[in-house]
Parts: sequence; structure tokens; C-alpha cells
Amino acid sequence: MKVSLPKSRVPYLLLFPGFAFLFTFFILPIINLAQTSTQTPVSGGDTGEYEQTFAFSNYVHAFLDNREQFARSFIFAALATIFALTIAYPLAYAIAFKSGKYKNVLLVLVVAPFFTSFLLRTVAWKQILGEEGFLVPTLRNLHLLGQQTTVTSTAFAVVAGMTYNFLPFMTLPLYASLERIDPRTIEAAGDLYANGITTFRKVTVPLSLPGVVAGTLLTFIPAAGDYVNAAILGSPNTKMIGNVIESRYFKIVDYPTAAALSFTLMAAILILVTLYIRKAGTEELV
Amino acid sequence: MSVKIKDASVPVIPFKARLSRWFGRNLLRIYMVFGFTYLFIPVAYTFAFSFNDSGKSNLVWKGFTFRNWQNPCGAPEVCTALGNSIKIGFLATLFSTILGTLIAFAIGRYKFKGRSTSNLLIFLPMATPEIVLGASLLSLFLVFKINPGFWPTVIAHVMFCISFVVVTVKARIASLDPRLEQAAMDLYANEIETFRRVTLPLVAPGIAGAALLAFSLSFDDFIITNFNSGTLITFPKFVYVSAARGIPAQANVIGSAMFFLALAIVVAGQLVNRKKSR
Amino acid sequence: MGKGVSAGTRQLVSIEPIEARGDLRLTRITKSYGDFKAVDDLTLTIPKGSFFALLGPSGCGKTTTLRMVAGLEEPTVGSIHLGETDITTTRAYQRPINTVFQNYALFPHLTIFENIAFGLRRRGIKDVNEQVAKVLSLVELPHLADRKPTQLSGGQQQRIALARAIVNRPALLLLDEPLGALDLKLRRQMQIELKWIQREVGLTFVHVTHDQEEAMTMADTIAVMSEGKIEQMGSPADLYDNPQTTFVANFLGQSNLIKGRIDGGDGDNLVVDLFGQKIAMPKSRSHAIDNSLYAGIRPEKFRISRVGSPVRGNTLTGGRVEDVSYIGVSTQYVVAMPWGQELMIFEQNDDGVPPFDKDEEVVISWEPGFTFGLRGDEDIEAGTEVEPEEQAE
Repeated sequence: MKVSLPKSRVPYLLLFPGFAFLFTFFILPIINLAQTSTQTPVSGGDTGEYEQTFAFSNYVHAFLDNREQFARSFIFAALATIFALTIAYPLAYAIAFKSGKYKNVLLVLVVAPFFTSFLLRTVAWKQILGEEGFLVPTLRNLHLLGQQTTVTSTAFAVVAGMTYNFLPFMTLPLYASLERIDPRTIEAAGDLYANGITTFRKVTVPLSLPGVVAGTLLTFIPAAGDYVNAAILGSPNTKMIGNVIESRYFKIVDYPTAAALSFTLMAAILILVTLYIRKAGTEELV
Repeated sequence: MSVKIKDASVPVIPFKARLSRWFGRNLLRIYMVFGFTYLFIPVAYTFAFSFNDSGKSNLVWKGFTFRNWQNPCGAPEVCTALGNSIKIGFLATLFSTILGTLIAFAIGRYKFKGRSTSNLLIFLPMATPEIVLGASLLSLFLVFKINPGFWPTVIAHVMFCISFVVVTVKARIASLDPRLEQAAMDLYANEIETFRRVTLPLVAPGIAGAALLAFSLSFDDFIITNFNSGTLITFPKFVYVSAARGIPAQANVIGSAMFFLALAIVVAGQLVNRKKSR
Repeated sequence: MGKGVSAGTRQLVSIEPIEARGDLRLTRITKSYGDFKAVDDLTLTIPKGSFFALLGPSGCGKTTTLRMVAGLEEPTVGSIHLGETDITTTRAYQRPINTVFQNYALFPHLTIFENIAFGLRRRGIKDVNEQVAKVLSLVELPHLADRKPTQLSGGQQQRIALARAIVNRPALLLLDEPLGALDLKLRRQMQIELKWIQREVGLTFVHVTHDQEEAMTMADTIAVMSEGKIEQMGSPADLYDNPQTTFVANFLGQSNLIKGRIDGGDGDNLVVDLFGQKIAMPKSRSHAIDNSLYAGIRPEKFRISRVGSPVRGNTLTGGRVEDVSYIGVSTQYVVAMPWGQELMIFEQNDDGVPPFDKDEEVVISWEPGFTFGLRGDEDIEAGTEVEPEEQAE
């Protein structure tokens, strides 16, 4: 038999460099993060000096002190995901089934805003919707907006910003799974006495489910950890957990708390994602 | 299905019904127009304000000028930031594309022990929020007394780009008919020649796409970069830092230029593809 | 154990000289996937220059056999020889064997010219242009050299796939369901063309198919496979007129199989009792191993007559017409026999006799020489309910 030993070694050789890299710069840091999360300050040491004391109470404190931000992160992320799904689904559907020969052009257009730095676009929204932009004063003059009402520095602005920024992440996987649907199955549903809505509900949606799952994950995960939208479009009252972690790291130099928060965030997301994938019944994500 | 038999004359549809039918048929197209408008409002705004004769703060429209485009490096640090972003993007793309493509071939082409674990290891970085990736890597650098800066940022970018490269290239490999490689072997090409003449050319568009994706992810990244770059300034960092006190119009110039450049690359790629298949 | 397991003595046939011409011999080949034997102790010789068909339903092991000959799989046990050369463990690219793949597997990134030149270039042949031009005109598509495969119709792709293989003048050409993707009319045309090309170039063709009509149209010799084994091998006429197993009788065309007992002999003939009615059949056409057998008669060999009209040969009485289908060239009857079996009868519409009516009493007769006898312990249904379409095997 050939069975060729050298051949069976090939995949491992191919994997080795990349996995060595990922091990060193992804797994190891996570382990290190876990370690850091249970450290306490060295008594009498400088700021930023910590020692390992397995203080799991760090987690309790970190969580209790930032309950509000945790809750806000997940609520905002969930809202942004729902909004993005609502906006992206018809868009992806239209591109997949109604765009004819312009399909490729439209796909490029979905991705195109990516290329202008997302920070520039977020700042642009801030300015468009801000006090000095023309939109808000105009709306006020038309009495469509109360004189005291502002758009920026609100929770609405933060969620809207996240919805906008993660929209392409939602649209592309949706498009990919919708495009794979054989139009004949939709015609067949019509042939079998299903009206437009029933066809959509019973055929199109189930067949596009992998795209829905992938899109919601690609939106929810980064949104939950995001702090840029909250920092630019929000106010101190809309702080998310990302903002807390960032300031713990850079302003307060409280590494253990930052690490504990990061770990809690990651664990919470992984648990949610696992439950979600179970529920959606899709195993093939990657 | 029911068959309705009408009289032979062409039925006249009332205007109102025609209007609502047109609307029903084109609802999705109308929606598409709104959707794309929404996507492009900030891009258009950024582009428009790149012509603002703004002076320091680019908040209010003060008049039209080409000056910002003629002198895109006019604002302090903006071109340094751009240069850093391009350098980091290039290196991160290079390394992540190589490492990711190798992994994609291993997972996509071979059955081996630990394949599902490998898939998990690729999925995990994508399922981890950026802030956790950035913070954990910084902690590691601090432990080893490595100062944040250029190379730590490159490493960080390679790390989060690999998974995206793997997923993109793997999808392309999966769509490859294994019979094509068998046909090459059948036609006297050994393993290496089969790879070079059949497998690689067919997977190449996937690799190119992955590289483009990696570059745009790297170029646009702020959160992970912010943790690992120290005092090094990248383009997104520059925008973030100056957002508080007003972004110079030159940043709009660069953002818009990148937009058109990327669009040109994609369009050119499409044209080349179309020509090839003709 | 065959020779194939002795991997230590593996010798590589050099790519360049394709001299190993001669008969293809498979000796006691077994291919197992875990507990499942895709091919089970198969021995087969395919003579040089023949058009050979491996025929069988989906999953019978024919494609696995083909892939082992091509070098894309290696047998678990057994050996493969081409002429005097053992090629059991030779790599696919070192065998002077080419394949026309199912769905053609044309390289989508190369032009038609480069597709055909692929094998020539790998072998370092000098006059690539000339050879490609020659084979393109053989398949009558010289104007398509610069196109890409996706721009061709199915039939054109099929010919290019064929050209890409035969341009290498292999000792053996393997065709894996080559016509499966074509529509019926095109398939007929390609069947004739393939046969013509085979004669023209004088190569050995090994053709794998599940389509019995296709195999019978093209091949000189057919091997019918089932469950990893060869059921019967022979010329199309042999297989049809004198099948040796119920599987072959049912898979190749239609058969009426009637349970019976051998009730003595009469010179060269056997006397067989079919539910109380005696018939005769040649001894030489019986494959039964004991007294119990199935008497097999093809539907078109039966004659159908009114009760009382003169008949000759074997007769069966007591039939009642159950169903009549007039299909122009012939009329097909289903006749219910007293013992509960329904027999299928095809009657040519050439004798001016008006068709029989439903429920009419009839007598069935046929020439004893057309009867074939099969082992009575076999499954009467074997080969009838096989999936017509096969994809991944």
C-alpha cells in the first residue's frame, strides 16, 4: 500500500507556521490575560506593578462595579444586530435576486464604504447629526425636532452608529447564502400554492439561515466589544464595557480589572454564541 | 393553479392598479436606492468636506477649495500616519496571507487528526472581541518587556487577519472540483506541477481576495492598533485623536483617495476577470 | 494476497516512453473502505484494442475499478498489469493511461488549446501545435482552440475532454460515464462518434456506464458488475440472449422469469415443469445447479395467440390479457397467468392480426431455443430496482 507517510505529514507541515504564530500571539496572550486577571497590586509597589495572588474576587468587583456597562454593551449590540439584520436582509435579497447584470457592481458598492476609514465615517455621522451640522437645525426650524432634543451624544446615536458600521458584515454573508438559493425552489413553492409571504417564510428564510447566523455573529461580536462608536457618538452616560476596559488599561493602569473585564466579556460572548449556534442548528460556520 | 379565461380583447388595467403593481414590482429596487444612500451618506460627506476651505477645524462649510487635494500632507502628522498604516497593512497582508493560505490548504485539502480542533482555533479569534485581542496581546508584550510600537502592531494585525484569510481561501478551495486535480495527474503532471498549473491558478482569485480583505482590515483597524502601537500613530489613530479637536480636511482627502483607489482596484480586477473568461 | 501489497518493490514507470502496451489484466483486486468492499476479488482481462464496457448500477464498484486502473486509487489487495508491466502502485501521472472524466473536468482557467496541450507539455513532446491541431480536427472543433471551456456547449466540452485524452495516444483510454451529462439525442450521436474514433485511433477504450443501452451500442465486450463482483462478461448479444444470472437478465433489458422444476431430459433438451405445464429448453442454456430453476424468456420472444389457433414450440395456456399498450412499432401486453404471475409480451405489429382485447383468453408460445435457465435459488428481483442515476460513488 502506498499510504505514504510523507503525505500524511503534509497537513501538519502546512499548519505549523500559522498555528505556531496563533499559539504565541493569540492563545498565550489569552492565558496570560487569565493570569493577570487574578493579580493584585504589589503593596508599596509602583503603579502598574502587580503580583499573582489568585484573587478571583477581582471578577466579582469588576462585574459588580460595571454591571451597567455590561448590560448596556449587550443591549446595544443586540439592538444594532437586529437593526442591521432588518436593513440588510431586503438589501441582500434585492442584490441576490433583483439586480440582474449589476449584481457585481452592487456587491462592490456594499463593501466600498469600508475603504473610507470607518473612523472618518463615524466622525462624519457625528458632524452630520451634530449641533453644527445643517440637519438638526433644519429639523428644529421645521418643528420636526424639539428645540432641546439632540441627536448626537445619545444612546440612539451609538446604536445607529454601530448599525451603520457593521452593516456590510451583515449584508455580505446574507447575500452569500441568498445567492446560493436555487430560484426554482422559490418557484416550486409558488407552484405548490404558497403565496409570496408564505414562500418567503417557509422557503427563503430557512434556506438563508446560515447567512443570518453568520451575519448576526459577525455584527454582534464586534459590536459588544466596541467602544469607538460610544466614544465618538455617545456621552458619558452611554459608556460600554469596551470604554471601561480601555480606560482601565490606559488611564488607570489597572491591568487586573481590565483583564477580568475582558475575560468576562469574552466568556459571556462565547456562551451566548454557543447557545445561539445550538439553537440555530448550524454547525458549519467557518 | 387556477386558469382564468378572459375574453380575447386586451384587458385594460386601471391606472391606479398599474401604479400599485409597478410599486409592488419595484419596491425592492426603491428600497435598494435608500439602502445605498444610507451607506454612502458619510462617504459623500467626507468627500465633500475634503474640498472645504476650512483652515483648522473642518466642522462647518466655509467655501470650496482644491488646496487640500493639492497639498494632502499639509496637516501635521497626517502623512506620517498614512505611511505607517500602509507599511503595517502591507506587512500584515503579506504574512497573514502566506500563513493563512497554508492553513487553508491543510484544512481544505486533507483529512487529518485534529482537523476540527484546527477549525476551532481559526474560529476563536473571529469570535473574540477586538478589545480582548488587543488587550491580551498588550499584556503579553508587557510581560516580555516589549515596548508597543511598529512590529507589535504588525504582529497584532497578522494575528487577527489570519482567520479571515483562512476562511476566504478555504471557501475557494472547497468550491474547487477535485476532478480537476485528478485530471492533471491523469495528464502526466506530478504533484508539484499539478499544484503549480492547476490548483494554484484556480485558487489564486481567492488568495487575492483574501489579501485585499486583510489589507483593508489592517488599514482600517483602530481598537487592536490602539493597544499595541504605543506612540506610533496610524491613520485611524490620527482620526480618532484629532476627532476631539476637529479633523483636518487633509484626512478627508486621504480617506476619499483611499476610497477611489480601492474602488479602482476592485473594478480593474473585475474587468480582468471578465476579459479572462471571455 | 496479490502482488500489489509488496510496496517495497514498487518500480516507477518513467513518464516519457509509453511503451507498456498490451492487454490490461486485473488480478484478484479487492478495494475495501473499512468493512465495505467496493470491489471484491475481481479478476479481469481487457484485450488490447477492444472497446470494453463496465456496466452496472450505482455503487456496484465500476467507478472504483476505473479509478484503480487510472491510478487515482490503489487496490487494497491484488495487482494490475498493463502488458508485462506491473502498474499496481504506479502514480497516475506515470501511467500511459488517460481518462475522460465524468463532467469532463476541463481546466476552466486554460484555453481549449492549452487544455489539450496539457499532457503533451508535461511529457515534453516537441510538436505540440501540430498534435493539438490534428486532434482538434479529429473531433471537428478546430475553430474553438482559443475559447475557454465555459464558452462551450456540453457536447463540445465532451469532445474536447476526449481530445485532451487521446492526443496523448495512451495505451488505455478510460471513459467515466462520459455521456451522462448530455441529452438523449446528443448522446446517441456521440455514441456513434466515440465508436468511430475508437476504430480510427485504435486505442483500447474502457467505458464505465450505468446505461445498458449505451454499453450495448458501443462495446465489443461488456462486463456486468454488481456489488463489487463481475456477474457476467461477454458480447452484448451473449449477455442479452443468454444471461447467466437473474441480475443480468433483469438489468439488461426485460425478462420474464418463471419458477419451475427440471423434470427430466430429452436428448439435448431439458423438460421443465412450469406450474404444471411442461416446456422444453436446450440443456446448454441452463445455468441451474439443481432441479430448481427459473425459465427466462425475453418479452419479444413470446408469441400471443387466440385460444384454438395453431401454435408451435413451447406453449403456456390459461393466460388472460390484463393490459394492452399500443406503441406503434409494437404492442405490449401484460398477461396474467393462472399461477398469479404477470408476463410481459412485446408483439411486433407486422402480421395484420388485430390487437387482443383486455380480458381476452390467450395462449402464449415461443421457440424452445430462446429459453434460458437460471438458478432457482437466486433473487427473482435482482437488478430490477436499481437507481438509474449515479453521481458520487
